[in-house]
Amino acid sequence: MITVVLLGKLADVAGAPSLSLQGPLDWAGLKAALPDTLAEALGDPRNRVALNGALIADTAALQAAAGDEIALLPPVSGG
Amino acid sequence: MSPRPPMRDIRLLDQPFLPGMLIGPFTQANKGLGGVCTFVGEVRFDQGVEALELTHYAPLTLPGMHALATQAFGRFDLMGLLMVHRVGMMRPGEPIVCVSAAALHRRDAIDAVDFCMDHLKSAAWFWKREKRAGEWRWVEPREADHSDLARWHDPI
Repeated sequence: MITVVLLGKLADVAGAPSLSLQGPLDWAGLKAALPDTLAEALGDPRNRVALNGALIADTAALQAAAGDEIALLPPVSGG
Repeated sequence: MSPRPPMRDIRLLDQPFLPGMLIGPFTQANKGLGGVCTFVGEVRFDQGVEALELTHYAPLTLPGMHALATQAFGRFDLMGLLMVHRVGMMRPGEPIVCVSAAALHRRDAIDAVDFCMDHLKSAAWFWKREKRAGEWRWVEPREADHSDLARWHDPI
């Protein structure tokens, strides 16, 4: 399974702080596997994505397999 | 006397803390300093705010604070830097952040704290929500935080 960690308001949209999805997944596959409201919220270009704790520059390059952790990071509100 | 490596104390805390308990030992640990500057931020008593919750993403948040400390050491002439940030649930009046810098000269200490705070307030990996009248609401990024950050990136 792939763990999808949801930060900030994306956790509210998902109704949970994390989800488990069947892999492998690329960006289009991830969006298709997520609830519609969450997939829609990911359209905000200010969101960032991390794979196994490292930010990825381009979501088009996302390739996640079983055991990986994807984090979906909305704009930070700062400390 | 051989030069001592700079002292760096960077922490995320999930429990309330007393800044004085950190600042005293930090100051003592930087023997020979010319100045120490400390900023403590507390959860404001904004109208109707009952609680504040800060979430973070462990793989990014603390490493990001360390990267910020490295930038501060590169930019200012520092002997030591303390950067402590709360996560979790807080009440108004509780300390949320403490940054302290020790240096031979005051300007480096003061500017380093200002630099770290502007970056923590706008670019650090924290998500904040506040509770008013029993309802939680996410806090959106503030434009002022981004203009504060831009002060450090003006072309020379």
